[in-house]
Amino acid sequence: MSRRVETQVLVVGGGPGGYVAAIRCGQLGLRTVLVEADRLGGTCLIRGCIPSKALIHAASQFHDLTRTDGAVRLGINFEGTAKLDLAKTVRWKDGVVDRLSGGVSGLLKRANVEVVAGWASFSDAKTCKVQMADEVLTIGAEHVILANGSVPVELASIPFGGAVISSTEALALERRPERLVVIGAGYIGLELGVAFRKLGSEVTIIEAMDRVLPAFDRALGEPVARWLKRAGVTVHLGARARSLEDGGHGPTLLIETAEKRPLRLHGDAILVTVGRRPNTQGWGLATMAVDLDGPFVRIDDQCRTSMKNVWAIGDLVGEPMLEHKAAAQGEMVAEIIAGARRHFDPVAIAAVCFTEPEIVSAGLSPDEAKAQGKDAITGVFPFSASGRARSMAAADDEGFVRVVARRDDHRILGVQAVGAHVSELSGEFALALEMGALLEDVAGTIHVHPTLGEAFHEAALRALGHAIHV
Amino acid sequence: MGRYVFKLPDVGEGTAEAEIVVWHAAVGEHIEEDQPLVDVLTDKATVEMTAPVSGLVVSVHGEPGEMAAVGSTLAVIETGGADAGEAKAVDPAPRVAPRPLADPTPKPPIRVTTSPTEPAAPPPPSPEVARARSEEPLASPAVRRRAHELGVALQFVTGGGPAGRIRLEDLERFIASPAERPRMNGGARSPRRDGVDQVKIIGLRRKIAEKMQEAKRRIPHFAYVEEIDVTELEELRAHLNVSAQAGRARLTFLPFLIRALVEVLPRYPQINARFDDDAGIVHRHQAVHAGIATQTANGLIVPVLRHAEERDLWDCAAEIARLAAAARDGKATADELRGSTITITSLGPLGGVVTTPVINHPEVAIIGPNKITERPVVRHGQIVIRKVMNLSSSFDHRVVDGYDAADFIQKVKALLEHPATLFMGFE
Repeated sequence: MSRRVETQVLVVGGGPGGYVAAIRCGQLGLRTVLVEADRLGGTCLIRGCIPSKALIHAASQFHDLTRTDGAVRLGINFEGTAKLDLAKTVRWKDGVVDRLSGGVSGLLKRANVEVVAGWASFSDAKTCKVQMADEVLTIGAEHVILANGSVPVELASIPFGGAVISSTEALALERRPERLVVIGAGYIGLELGVAFRKLGSEVTIIEAMDRVLPAFDRALGEPVARWLKRAGVTVHLGARARSLEDGGHGPTLLIETAEKRPLRLHGDAILVTVGRRPNTQGWGLATMAVDLDGPFVRIDDQCRTSMKNVWAIGDLVGEPMLEHKAAAQGEMVAEIIAGARRHFDPVAIAAVCFTEPEIVSAGLSPDEAKAQGKDAITGVFPFSASGRARSMAAADDEGFVRVVARRDDHRILGVQAVGAHVSELSGEFALALEMGALLEDVAGTIHVHPTLGEAFHEAALRALGHAIHV
Repeated sequence: MGRYVFKLPDVGEGTAEAEIVVWHAAVGEHIEEDQPLVDVLTDKATVEMTAPVSGLVVSVHGEPGEMAAVGSTLAVIETGGADAGEAKAVDPAPRVAPRPLADPTPKPPIRVTTSPTEPAAPPPPSPEVARARSEEPLASPAVRRRAHELGVALQFVTGGGPAGRIRLEDLERFIASPAERPRMNGGARSPRRDGVDQVKIIGLRRKIAEKMQEAKRRIPHFAYVEEIDVTELEELRAHLNVSAQAGRARLTFLPFLIRALVEVLPRYPQINARFDDDAGIVHRHQAVHAGIATQTANGLIVPVLRHAEERDLWDCAAEIARLAAAARDGKATADELRGSTITITSLGPLGGVVTTPVINHPEVAIIGPNKITERPVVRHGQIVIRKVMNLSSSFDHRVVDGYDAADFIQKVKALLEHPATLFMGFE
């Protein structure tokens, strides 16, 4: 059986870039087909942001019940001890994912998007074949939006399989690994490493650079590094994973430490989180005459590829590989196809790290501002001086809010924060940057007391030289 | 008393200004809500603006022919006693073809000024912070998007907000400001123009340039122009169009010309040919694949009417219409754009008196009908009015002799002047 359909817009990939593009196309009255081989939701929803946040939440709850400075310190005592049933935790997490994936499906349906379940394989830039259960569907399109996403990078010397797992498998473990080795101290490795430590695993982290979270500036990573130390997580900095051995009692990872000495680490699970690469293989990209930019698909500021009416968004087109960037690009491309004049010109794409404590970074750090030749001032407000942080027992993790602004006109260039729940402040930071706020704008905005957001207000006041609470 | 300031709304995607065509109301006249107020012309269409409120027209801004910027004041209407404060935050919703973005995208609000004294006066300029033009402009996402839609580079807009922040009103003022954007008026003088735009020759334009260069470099062209009396042909054409079955394509002149070529070309095989000059071989084709030069938004392209000899007039007309539409929509396939054996280039009503068309290499001939006009001509010693058309043509002199080309065109002329013979078979 084979069948051919023609459509105005073909979206490849049902992740946050693809499904948002498809919904917006549908809203604008464009005939739209979305092809996805897996469930709807993409990496973010199925095996990334959402499930990891669910696991992190469960781990934190468990941790609070078991540590002496957790619930117990607040005067909460209970009989017996907290016990973990990870299989059940994973089922709860799967329920969260199922519900959201179903929600995406409903939204697409409401926007009149036709969803085709299968693997799209292109024969030219505007035509793809999808092998479905009972037929081969050929789809011809006037516009193609590529939103194929990314996949975890594999280490050649330590390939995935068996005990060597990627983040995807780590989120589906039915049993808690007694000993977990994490290769790569980027945000994915640290989020999962922290979560498993809270669940009770013995965690060792290996990082080739000289500090954890090398993508963030040093001041932001330090509170996390100190938490790891307090929590008993072993961190090998400047170390390289060399090879995998089976020493009879489970897999053993051979690493070379910063001092060039070999070291053997035993682990029930070895989590490799050394980055992600764009998914450019295996679906006919080579037949589409689309130019690449390194490993990524090359685009302009409207997400146009080198092939007319072929668009690309999300992880496929470069850093930052973040859900919210993909979704914003998807929405924009849909509107351009419908005839709008748009281009991608965000001032900032904030990034969040759900570690312990959490990290937010939006816009320029002090070092980046300096590197760009901008004369900048900074204002830092520590959460130890925040009534709200104190009242939720979150004032002792050395967290802070830091604002970076131009010295001459006080235009805010960047805002960063470390601390419990600071991920929720990311929206205010991004808004301030997009609106072109000055320090005086933030200082002149009355922030509710007692909330964590007051720290942003105080940081702005401090940059202006007249903070109240420090 | 309230005053409603009617500003030119955004009339379509990417339109920054529109030409005032005609006012339907004059100062001092009463106008009812929804009554036509003014017609404006964008580069796409004429749009009729209706009055959003009822009232007395107090002032109108702009003469017909002048350009008005989106957001600039077009008219001020005094509304009868209505409290301007509760005011008409109504969108004057111009009657335009549905915009592709008709729905939830926020439309810029049409601003209402309620000052009773000086309703249309621009807001006083705010104290401005000097800002080097090379610096990144400070503006919110909404202002940046609006500027991008209007094609305004924010580097050139002076921001009136703190630290030079560009607010929506700064952008509106920039658009409306005659100092920044010289506007046309009825006088004979234009503002001095000094700019030079550098345009990269890329894409289809580069293809066209290369192709034309190649044709002129390789082919020694000669042109031949003959006058053709198409009075009878035009009568026949009009008759066929009036009496045709519903749903048939309207017959233009082209199908008749193609009919004539199909009849005559077998006798002049050297003209219906492709000359592979590198190999030194002329491929004389029996089939007539007529290239139809077609103007598109991006430039000239030539879709091919295949096997013209097999097609009757209507079939031919329908196929030409289909190919032209496909070419203009950018949907013509690669196969539809190659393999022609002779090309026709017709500018229709723009056809002029004479053209010297460039041969579509590697073909060896191109035919360009010119404009049909009524002219006084002498017939049997009498001056009579006839419909006359020039037929221009160019040939590759390497493989087509002047004598043969002239003879060929004379045969075509004979057929077109006696249209019945078009359908009798040659000889």
